[in-house]
Amino acid sequence: MTATIALWIALPVLGVSMLLALFRLVRGPSFPDRVVALDLLTTMGVGIIAAVVLAWDQPVLLDVATVLALTSFLATIAFAKYVERGLRVWNNS
Amino acid sequence: MEQLVASALLLSGTFFMFVASLGIVRMPDVYLRMSCTSKAATLGAGCLLGAVAVAAEHAGVAGRALATILFLLLTAPVAAHLLGRAAYRLGVPLWSGSCCDELRGAYSEGGVLEGRTAPRSHTSPSSPMSQHGV
Repeated sequence: MTATIALWIALPVLGVSMLLALFRLVRGPSFPDRVVALDLLTTMGVGIIAAVVLAWDQPVLLDVATVLALTSFLATIAFAKYVERGLRVWNNS
Repeated sequence: MEQLVASALLLSGTFFMFVASLGIVRMPDVYLRMSCTSKAATLGAGCLLGAVAVAAEHAGVAGRALATILFLLLTAPVAAHLLGRAAYRLGVPLWSGSCCDELRGAYSEGGVLEGRTAPRSHTSPSSPMSQHGV
């Protein structure tokens, strides 16, 4: 019973938080701002999947959370590499 | 008892997630925003996955949740460090209220701090760097 009430509070608040992060993703003045917002969105996706696992009692979805965390990490690493290599090419030209 | 602990973890994780999203909207600077996302959001996701681990009936489910927590704790600082360094070398300005910049002049070879004026003059519009105003 308490878990049901907590889920009724948690899932809408998590949705509102995701909308706020989406605002920064759309608005963000610089490129790293958007990447930070995307990173936050995927971390929130992991949290929402954890809440959905509790709500629907579907432990299979935990694999989705792990893969989402992995993908977000790889995307951030790829972005940093892209920026630094771009700087090197840019300064040598 | 398990339900109570899981509910408390769920609500605290939701609170930290909401704090992280407030921080990314309200903070004035990409570095301060990154500080919110790398700490508060990791703690929030860790609390939510911890709620799953507490409420799980099988040990395998709890183990997977704990493995995801461990993975998040390992990768979030690395990603935030690389992203912050990339933003700094890209020349994203600090907030005007920042008290000090200890990295000033540290990236003089490959970074943009000393070479900032020279390469800017001949960037083409198709350059990938030109779309964010460096």
